[in-house]
Amino acid sequence: MTYDLATIIPELFLVVAATVLLMLGVFRGQQSTQLVLGLSVVAVVVTLALVWLAPAERAAAFGGLYVHDGFAGFMKGLILTAAALCLVMSWRYIERENMARFEFPVLMLYATVGMLMMVSANDLISLYVGLELQNLSLYVIAAFRRDAIRSTESGLKYFILSSLSSGLLLYGASMVYGFAGTTSFGDLAAIFAQAQAAGETPSVGLVVGVVFVIAGLAFKVSAVPFHMWTPDVYEGAPTAVTAFFSTAPKTAAIALFVRVMMGPFGDLTAQWQQVLVAISILSMVLGAFAAINQRNIKRMMAYSSIGHVGYALIGLASGTEAGIRGLAVYMAIYLFMNIGTFAVILCMRQKDRMVEQIDDLRGLSRTHPMMALAMGIFMFSMAGIPPLAGFFGKIYVFLAAVEAELYTLAVIGVLSSVVAAFYYLRIVKLMYFDEPAEAFDTPFGREMSLVMGATGLITLLFFVFPNPIVDGAEAAAAALLAG
Amino acid sequence: MHGWPLLSLVTFLPLVGAGFILMIRGEEEVVARNARYVALWTSLITFVLSLFVWFGFERGTADFQFVEKTEWIPAFGITYHMGVDGISMMFVLLSTILTPICVLASWEAITYRVKEYMIAFLALETLMVGMFCALDFVAFYMFFEGVLIPMFLIIGVWGGPRRVYSAFKFFLYTLLGSVLMLLAILAIYFHTGTTDIPTLLAGAGIPPEMQIWLWLAFFASFAVKVPMWPVHTWLPDAHVEAPTAGSVILAGVLLKMGGYGFLRFSLPMLPEASAFFAPLVFGLSIVAVIYTSLVALAQEDMKKLIAYSSVAHMGFVTAGVFTVTQQGLEGAIFQMLSHGIVSAALFLVVGVVYDRIHTRLIEKYGGLVHRMPNYALIFMVFMLASVGLPGTSGFVGEFLVIVGTFQANTWVALLIASGMVLGAAYMLYLYRRIIFGKLTKQHLMDILDLNWREKAIFAPMIVLVLWMGIYPVSFLDVMSASVESLITNYEQAMAGSEGASLALLWSGQ
Repeated sequence: MTYDLATIIPELFLVVAATVLLMLGVFRGQQSTQLVLGLSVVAVVVTLALVWLAPAERAAAFGGLYVHDGFAGFMKGLILTAAALCLVMSWRYIERENMARFEFPVLMLYATVGMLMMVSANDLISLYVGLELQNLSLYVIAAFRRDAIRSTESGLKYFILSSLSSGLLLYGASMVYGFAGTTSFGDLAAIFAQAQAAGETPSVGLVVGVVFVIAGLAFKVSAVPFHMWTPDVYEGAPTAVTAFFSTAPKTAAIALFVRVMMGPFGDLTAQWQQVLVAISILSMVLGAFAAINQRNIKRMMAYSSIGHVGYALIGLASGTEAGIRGLAVYMAIYLFMNIGTFAVILCMRQKDRMVEQIDDLRGLSRTHPMMALAMGIFMFSMAGIPPLAGFFGKIYVFLAAVEAELYTLAVIGVLSSVVAAFYYLRIVKLMYFDEPAEAFDTPFGREMSLVMGATGLITLLFFVFPNPIVDGAEAAAAALLAG
Repeated sequence: MHGWPLLSLVTFLPLVGAGFILMIRGEEEVVARNARYVALWTSLITFVLSLFVWFGFERGTADFQFVEKTEWIPAFGITYHMGVDGISMMFVLLSTILTPICVLASWEAITYRVKEYMIAFLALETLMVGMFCALDFVAFYMFFEGVLIPMFLIIGVWGGPRRVYSAFKFFLYTLLGSVLMLLAILAIYFHTGTTDIPTLLAGAGIPPEMQIWLWLAFFASFAVKVPMWPVHTWLPDAHVEAPTAGSVILAGVLLKMGGYGFLRFSLPMLPEASAFFAPLVFGLSIVAVIYTSLVALAQEDMKKLIAYSSVAHMGFVTAGVFTVTQQGLEGAIFQMLSHGIVSAALFLVVGVVYDRIHTRLIEKYGGLVHRMPNYALIFMVFMLASVGLPGTSGFVGEFLVIVGTFQANTWVALLIASGMVLGAAYMLYLYRRIIFGKLTKQHLMDILDLNWREKAIFAPMIVLVLWMGIYPVSFLDVMSASVESLITNYEQAMAGSEGASLALLWSGQ
């Protein structure tokens, strides 16, 4: 038992920290919000250090319900980084938008715990528990601005649609259990490997179960055709929350997706590969075309994130170690450029009100040159133009697709990236080619400049030192397939 | 200079200058002046450094020289590998000489956001030089594609009235071609396990069926860059809207990336497919030469006319490359270098009067020789070089290409040669309308002749044009060994393959 607890030290610490902070908030009242927020950042950073220090070998706990390995370590690192940056970015935001209540950071911490659990889930049951812990916290944060109709609407919409998808997932999981007789990933993998070796084709019921599980997970990563909730929720939720939604939960869901597909269903590749190829193609194409007509930048980012999920899923669709490595690199780079972009969006305030129209960025290069430079870097990076980081994300997943001989997928992928380049370029055009509109309110706050500067530099200079992330992703992919 | 990472210095020094300019703070006037001087000095020092490459380059060997190699992404065996051979070396010099000229040409023409402008140009220089030096596919692609970012901004921020449309068209057109090349690069990596260009040049051994697809992917990228008919339509738009210096770099260097790509990748790495598709390239080149020459004849906008003439001249290059003869290849390279200087100079010539009158319409000019004799002389030199008058650089390139194509296919040679006649027609017609005639137009009455800065810009270019025309050996010497080895490798690959018979059947021999 002691050994089991040692495996989950980071999660344990974060749960205890969140609970202590909750107590602190309850006893000190609402004036403690900034203190709780500050301590939350510290808690996340300490958790990050704990994850970093955890042994890299695969360790299972609680009778195989829970597993920590190199893959989990890498993904947890990304999730915690995203959570820390989002907490930092919401520092001033929650005060200005009248959402400065201590529950906000505490809920973010609980959601993060749920994500860490998702990444480490090694059983359909622990998978579900982690997922719901995350989801329940996120519903509340999405609707955190109780007095704003759109925020409430977005929370409600998210709740209803997400419950539906959880239902799909549960239904699929129960079918898998019904046909295979176990919920443990390890046992499932063994059963399928045996069947594969014996030359048996899996039963139809099982395949249907797997497809239901895929549908549920595709919803969580907002892949087409289960993406409908994304634009509305992203637009309606408070911007700091949208920044969080588009990074940490997405990374966690993708990691979970990968673990489920490559772990228990790893021997059923022939059954699910075509489904994933289709999902990936649809996401890339829809993300590219639907974003073109958007006027609201948060909506545009929603479609952009749908497109990016499509690219990341190319890695999974390849079903190889190279594919998982590409996916891990992609998610890491996506995190930095997305957080950076949302940092810019969070700075879009005129006359003390948040503005969200893309046209409000007009002439930004004249009014705020450094911010425009950072945004330009993020946009070119998202379009996948070298030498920026986004290019490397794309090259690794396409490499995997070419290796797996998924040429159609690769060609459609690169072509839709050209379409997507159009709307990213439109933002550059507004910032650099057009005459300035009204300037944004200053100062943005030192923490915003810090986040923008750091993510901008990482995106710009990734090509100089690609090895930390690439090697990390490589180790993560190897660890996942070894386990 | 032995032991110095000379190529890296030449490549990244402009970026250092750009960093300095980024640091400049203060009043707008002061910032602009300092930015101009920093950009000028950086590009001049870069040019001087690149001269060491010219003088230190050992003639008569096909090996890559000034090689630098360090680990970059060891997980994939991707290295930072730089080096030049006889084919790429002179393009490096072309880039380094055109950049200071561009900075000088923009001295007064660019009046707003000078700081950003100079940063964009220096970044562009880094990317251009890096592209010609890169000996690793991934590094090459990064430079090749990265060029789009500064060029997009240069056209879009400092361009003419339709700049937004042109900038988008330029960016998306070129990107569409390039992404397919990226897939081809990945496929080659997957097949051979390396992205190291010299290793691949020594023999990639890609099966012919695969070569066909890879060749088409490369073609999508390079044909747009060159540009070949019918994917040339972005070029006139981009040229017309770009500021003068932007057009200079576009015509002088960016178009050469396509031709360089054919020479460096398509031909040596995919020999069977190149032989298979050579008739297609010949056909498109002929259309480019004849059709765009006729289109140029009908233009009313000076820049557009020169833009179409670029397409025609690059048609010579593509035809020359795919003859795979010593003369054809050397002619193609020489034509690219010559066109790099001449068309760049012609855009500058247009820029001179545009800065004064602010129109590019031919009908607004006439009789300039009376007020601007020096200008008329300089214009004449470059006009004749573009036409291909013996004694100028243009003649050598076109003549060699025609000799080369004559060996491959006489009909192609005949049709290509007709381009020289048409070229003379539209250039002389342009010259007559602008320079000669009576000086009757009111707004031209007090136009001023070239000032010292403009003369300083044109002087080195005239020297180069005449040097290349009168004594081409000093340039042909540099490339001959590399071209020879390219042909030898090509013929070996063709002899050792069954795909060759397919290609021979196709060309009817």
